[in-house]
Order: sequence, then structure tokens, then C-alpha cells
Amino acid sequence: MRRFLLIAIPYAWLLALFLVPFVIVLKISLSDTALAIPPYTPTLDFAGGWAGLKSFFADLDLENFVWLTQDDLYWKAYLSSLTIALISTVLTLMVGYPIAYGMARAPEEWRATLMMLIILPFWTSFLIRVYSWIGILSQEGFLNQFLLWTGLISEPLIILNTKIAVYIGIVYTYLPFMILPIYAALDRLDESLIEAAEDLGCSRLSAFWLVTVPLSKNGIVAGCFLVFIPALGEFVIPSLLGGSGTLMIGKVLWEEFFSNRDWPVASAVAIVLLLILVVPIMLFQRNQQKQAEAEQ
Amino acid sequence: MHATTFAPWEDPEAKPLIRFQNVTKRFGTFTAIDNLSLDIYEREFFALLGPSGCGKTTMMRMLGGFENPTEGRIELSGQDISGVPPNKRAVNMMFQSYALFPHLSVWDNIAFGLRRDRMPKIDLENRVAEMLKLTRLEKFAKRKPHQISGGQRQRVALARSLAKAPKLLLLDEPLGALDKKLRQDTQFELMDIQEKTGTTFVIVTHDQEEAMTVASRVAVMDEGRLMQVATPDRIYETPDSVYVADFIGDVNIIEGTATPDGQDTYRIDWAEGQEPIRATSAHPFATGDRCYLAIRPEKVTISADRPEAAINAVKGKVLDIAYLGNISTYHVELPSGTVIKAQTANTRRISRRSFTWEDSVWLSWTVTGGVLLAE
Amino acid sequence: MRRLSWFNTVSLTLGFAFLYIPMVILIIYSFNESKLVTVWAGFSTKWYGELLQDEAFLSAAWVTLKVAVMSSTIATVLGTMAAYVMVRSGRFLGRTLFSGMIYAPLVMPEVITGLSLLLLFIGIGLDRGVFTIVLAHTTFAMCYVSVVVSSRLVTFDKSLEEAALDLGCTPAEAFRLVTLPIIAPAVISGWLLAFTLSLDDLVIASFTSGPSATTLPIKIFSAVRLGVSPEINALSTVMIGIVAIGVITASLVTKTQKVRQQRDEQEAARAQ
Repeated sequence: MRRFLLIAIPYAWLLALFLVPFVIVLKISLSDTALAIPPYTPTLDFAGGWAGLKSFFADLDLENFVWLTQDDLYWKAYLSSLTIALISTVLTLMVGYPIAYGMARAPEEWRATLMMLIILPFWTSFLIRVYSWIGILSQEGFLNQFLLWTGLISEPLIILNTKIAVYIGIVYTYLPFMILPIYAALDRLDESLIEAAEDLGCSRLSAFWLVTVPLSKNGIVAGCFLVFIPALGEFVIPSLLGGSGTLMIGKVLWEEFFSNRDWPVASAVAIVLLLILVVPIMLFQRNQQKQAEAEQ
Repeated sequence: MHATTFAPWEDPEAKPLIRFQNVTKRFGTFTAIDNLSLDIYEREFFALLGPSGCGKTTMMRMLGGFENPTEGRIELSGQDISGVPPNKRAVNMMFQSYALFPHLSVWDNIAFGLRRDRMPKIDLENRVAEMLKLTRLEKFAKRKPHQISGGQRQRVALARSLAKAPKLLLLDEPLGALDKKLRQDTQFELMDIQEKTGTTFVIVTHDQEEAMTVASRVAVMDEGRLMQVATPDRIYETPDSVYVADFIGDVNIIEGTATPDGQDTYRIDWAEGQEPIRATSAHPFATGDRCYLAIRPEKVTISADRPEAAINAVKGKVLDIAYLGNISTYHVELPSGTVIKAQTANTRRISRRSFTWEDSVWLSWTVTGGVLLAE
Repeated sequence: MRRLSWFNTVSLTLGFAFLYIPMVILIIYSFNESKLVTVWAGFSTKWYGELLQDEAFLSAAWVTLKVAVMSSTIATVLGTMAAYVMVRSGRFLGRTLFSGMIYAPLVMPEVITGLSLLLLFIGIGLDRGVFTIVLAHTTFAMCYVSVVVSSRLVTFDKSLEEAALDLGCTPAEAFRLVTLPIIAPAVISGWLLAFTLSLDDLVIASFTSGPSATTLPIKIFSAVRLGVSPEINALSTVMIGIVAIGVITASLVTKTQKVRQQRDEQEAARAQ
């Protein structure tokens, strides 16, 4: 009995507040837009009995999904989300790896502090961290002031409200997600392996490429997924830093819902986004599982 | 000591404290315990001995109430205990990892079980004090488990599981985490405590020396079955299978065919062109039966010439000498290629050793020196 | 001993500069006299004063705090239960679905979680407000709690629980007297994580809140869409300060505990 309750309570909670809402999204994505409250038909009519149920299913169709393929706004938004997420993931890796590497080679007594310094931004408000870049990247912002002062440029650069600002924002906010798994992998790495490679004739650089990098592969893969997956559905960063010119699917969904009040299309957008996400999520799971098995 | 004064298993009137009746335990398709029956008597120090995966831990967990038998009955004082949860059994267990509660002091760890019984405060304090005294832990009562040494932790675990004065105490590899020297001291301490408290102990171990030292009886297990249950000396001297002979101590096994040759005596033909061996056995063999002679190295005498009176003697060449300080083991290769080990006590200084590598030597043993086994 | 190369030193310096300069600028300019956020016009704490008088911000902060305390507490209870079920319950009907529902919210884009919950609340005619945000936050935070707690439970020596049962505990007593005290640090960090996630959340709160309940992130978001403001800088500084104190204290506490534990163990080993 006790065991039953222990399982049933969290189970029921997740069913009611995770699975059911998700089924509703799926159902609305197959419905038609209507000028009503709620703004879609058909609505499920239990009072109508079997016939009501039947007509309900008969009214569902894939119209909204067809619409997504016809209006080029959507597929452009998906495509641009994918490219932005991909480019930012690569950039985050390039910025994060040297930091993780430096941390792993730092003296023992520093490491706890360095670790804390990496985690600290993670606990501070995401919104504030994104916001802090507005003042830096704007036309009269600190970066332009600095560059003008050094004489590197004569005209202020336009960075805010471009894709570059979005890249910077993603790299900045997701950097800890990249650093932590890579650091964990590098920290486990046995220093004598490097020494063995050097003993066998590797230069320091080739020992790094031939030993360190392959052995931190799991950390790299985990870090990349941890950045790529949330970046794909990102809303805050493109809407604060990307301006109106940056299309990202999270933003489109938000606008579709709040500005256009087109719930069926918003739902269809969400379903397609999830379908796209399934692939990297499955790959990530596989990588984690393989790693867990290798550790046993 | 035990064997002469204390042997309830030889008394047909004695009622066992624990009785396994045709117990089988399966995990999915894997059979951990295979139709096993066993009686254990009150005040016994009983050892379950076997390699890992032989089912000894499963036996213990069934006694503790953490597993239930798939088939058969387990009785404690005549009552079926299958299905009784661990907290309702008069059985306590000392875990291999000790399982000391890290957030509680030594004192609170020992008092933990007594508190569950709602023992009055004054009795509880007396009982804990008694246990601390028994295990010589008075000075460490206020410490947390991580603040004491491995040997002390072992004693806390023992005190905690004995505090409730269980009918039966289960010990899962109780000395496994200690280093060799400490382990030997602790073995005697365990025996001492067992005698003082009069509790029945069932110990699980893979260390045969440990089992032989502490136990009144030893059960040798393999693949979920009991291979032999007997006192340590009988297990060593008269194993009833090659498996047991080989598992306990060092042994030479000579394979051959038996021919009856007088009262309980057999002639064993074991190699082409070699003199047959003679051995006695209570177990009957028919002519041509396959048999195995198990003979302990210390029962084999090594000499330069063939001893006059020896019935069994073979000639060979010293292949290797393992010098262990108090004893030396000679590995002697026979012309057939078989290697026989012979052990001698080093009563003289090593520089005056009689044999060395490549020496031609004679090995001999008596008719009763070995045990003739069928399997 | 490993030694930092020139390259390591440079990358660490640049990396941490990149992580911290934006926040440092934010903090410095929150003390700027001028309304123009990029021009320094002298030291002043007047924006903090204005913040304290801004009713809208204060009430949003109060709503956020209420939501965070409630949702993280419920999420901790549910998440711990879920973790226990995942690690200890063995097989049961629908276990795969259960573990799927625990892990999916972790990778689900917030916009989708928010949208689906909003559609549910509208569907069942629930008025949106503090209550609905608490429901929403609890749902995704419990998954994080369950991941944190189950990673601790996996390494938990199961024989400790068995020992408690053996000494006469019922399963519930064993959990209360042995398991819970030992996994408490993980449960507490789960609660803290849930609390921070709730404080921080903009997207899900935007979908599930009604006009009656505006949380701080929603308020900040609508303000910063219009650009940088010194008042937001002041607010950010306060929030960063609280987090920094919390994180630094926590790491100091764990460090001293670790040092003490190590010392105790060494002494115990020597005393043997």
C-alpha cells in the first residue's frame, strides 16, 4: 500500500501536468483556428457521447502542419534556429575547452575555487546575464566605447540586434554546461598517460591531440548536447539580443501564441520543434548510457 | 575443544535452531540455492564457506529476511519464518560493509535497535554500556563512525547487532575489510564473544582459514548446493569430494582405477609403467572404478633413498622449492609428468637443506595417508 | 605536479574575464548617478532607493518569492519520492513511461512546457495566477530534484537501510531515521536548485501567470525590452549579491566539513 502511494503520487502528478498537457498540444495542433474562446475547433464534447467523440476525431486534420510547410517563415525559422544553435555550440566548445583544460591542469588547491567560479553564474538569473550584454553590445555600449578609444575602429560597430549578439549571448550563458562535463572528463584523465605519450616520442602538442582530446571525447559530446538542445528552443536570448531580424523558432512560437493568438499553429510549431529535438536527445542519451557502461 | 564436548549434530534428540527444508531460491532463471536442506543447532558457530557466487550470501540473506525462498521452508525454533520481514525476526546481522549509520555516534549506533524495541531508558543505557565493555569500545562511545579505525568499526558493528540479544547472529564476511594481522586477532575475539554470549553465530566467508579457525562446523558450498557439512578437522582430513579436498588447503590429486584388495583396501593403477598405489577407503569401489586419491603435501615424506617399509613410494626429480620460512614445499616431477607436492617443516637452518633443484628423490606415504574419492 | 603552461594561464584569465566582466560592469553602473547607463556621472545609491519605492517591483518580488518557496518545497517532496521510486522500486507497471516523464522536462524547451500547461489550464477552466505558476514550476522543478536526489541514492549503501530493518525499523522508520538524514545534503541542494529555477523562470511563468500575478522575471523582461535602465542594474546587483553570498558560503561550509572529515579519518587511522 505504502509502496503504491509512493509510486502513485509523483506518477499522477506527472501524468496530469506533463503528459496530459502534451496530449492537448497534439490535439490542438490538429484542430482548426476559430474566432471563439477558446480560439479553435473542435472542442471535445463528452456530453455528445460516442457520436460527439466520433465527430471530434473526424474533425482533426494535418492542415496546420501543411500550413507550416507553405509559409516560408516557419521553415526559415527552423533552419535559422538549427544554424544558430549549431554555430553557437561550436563557438562554446572553442571557448570552453581551453578553460576546462586550464582548470584540470590547475594546482589541486585552486580547483575547488575555480569550480565555484564556474558554477556561480549558473545560479544567477539567466535573464540578468543576458541583459548585461545589452549595455555592452549596443551602439554606444562599452565594447564600442573601448574599441573607439583604442583606435581599432573609427565607426561604432552594429552588434546588438544581429545574429552575432545571439551567438555571444548563447556562448556566455551556456558556457558552464560545456565546461563542466569536459572538466569532469579531463580531471579523470591519468597524467601518466601524457607522460607515456611523451616518453614514446610525442611532442606536447601531439600528445594533446592524440591522447588528451580523444580521452575527453565523452565530455565534449555531452557538453555539446547540453548546449545545443536548449539553444535550439531558446527564446530569451534572441528576443533580447537578436532584434527583429533574428528568426528563432522559440520566438516565433511565442509570437504566434501571444500576438497572433493562433493556438493551433503555435501547437503545430511546438510539435515540429519537438520532433526535431528527438534526434539530438536520443543521441545524447546514448552517449550518456555508453559512458555509464564504460565506467562500470 | 568443541568437537569433544559440544556436538549437538550427533545427537538425534537435539532440536535444531534453524532448519532449511528443501529450500530453492531462484532469481529469474538463475538458481542461487538448489534444493538444499541443512540443520544448525543452538550455540553453534557455523560457517558457510565457498567461492563468490556459490549461494552462501543468499542463504544468509534468507535467514535475515531480506530474501524469501522460492520453494521449501526455513524454520527458526520450529516456526516457519518465510515471509516474516527482517524487523520482526529475532535474528540480527552484521553486514560486510558494517553498515554503521554515519550520522550517529558509536553509542547511538549500538542503541539504535534497542530504541526500536522501546526499551526503558535505564535498561537501554545499561545494555549499551555492557556492549561497549564487551567490545572494548568505552572510550569511543561519543565518536562518529568515520572517526574510528577499521578494527573499531568492526567491533561497533558487532556490538550493535548483539545488543538486541538475538537468537541468531549472522555475520557476512565480518573480517573481510581488515588486514591480515588484525584479522587473526579478531578471529579469536569473535570466538570469545560467541562463547561469552552463547549466541548462535552463522558466518559467511570465502576465507577457508578463517572458517576453519572459528567454526564448530563448516558447510562447503558450490553452485547453490552443499558439498559437505562437517567439523573443520573432518572437512580437512576426510573430504568427501575432490571439490572439497581441493577447496580446503593444498592437495595432490592422483587419478586412477581402483581394484579391491582386501578389507577396505584398494589397489590403484594410476600411470603406465608405475607401481600401483595402495589406499584404504570406507567408500566401496568396484573393480575398474575411476577414483581419485587426495593426499595433503604434509603427509608426503621426501627422502633420498626409498624407505624400506614404505608401501607407497614413487621416484621423481625436484622441480621447485617454495621456501615459506617455517615450512618448505617441494614440487617433485614424476617420470609420468605428474607433479606432486611434498611439505617438510624446516627444523634445521636452510643452509643445511638436504635436497636441492634437480635432485632425484623418493616420495612416500602410508596406506591411510590419503583419501580415496569417487568424484 | 601539474604545471600551468602559458596557454593555460591565458585561457583561464580570458575565460573568467569573459564570465565576470559583464556582471562587474552591471554592478558598477548600478551605482551610477546618471540615468544614461553607459556614461559615468559619479557615485550614487539613488537607484536602490527608487527600487525600494517601486511598488510594482516589490509586489512582483513578493509574488516570485511566494511561488519559489511553495513550488520548490512541493517539488522537493515529489522529486525525492520520484527518485526513491526510480532507484529502489524495481519493476512496476509503466516504469519506462515514468522515467521518460522524469527526464523529458529537463530537455523540453521552456516554450513548449509553458504552452502545453497554459492549454491545460484553459482547458479545465483554471484561473491563472499564483496557483497555476506554482503547479507549473513544481512540475519541471521536481524532475531536477529527482535527478539530484537519485544521483545520491545510487551511491547510497543499501545495507544501511537493511541494517535499520534488521534492527527493528519498519520501512518508513528506516527511511526517516537512516536514509533521509544521510541523503539530506542532496535533498537540500535539490530544494535550492528548484528554488533558483523558479526564481529565474521567465518563459513558463509568462505562459501560466494571469494578470493578477506578475513575477519578477516577467517584470524585468518587459522593462529591459525597452533597453538598459539603472534601476534594473540595481535590482540585478542585489540578486547577484544574494546568490554570490549563498554560493560562497555553501562552498566554504562544504570545504571545512571536508577538511574536518579528512583530519578525523587520518587521526582514526593513526590511532589504530
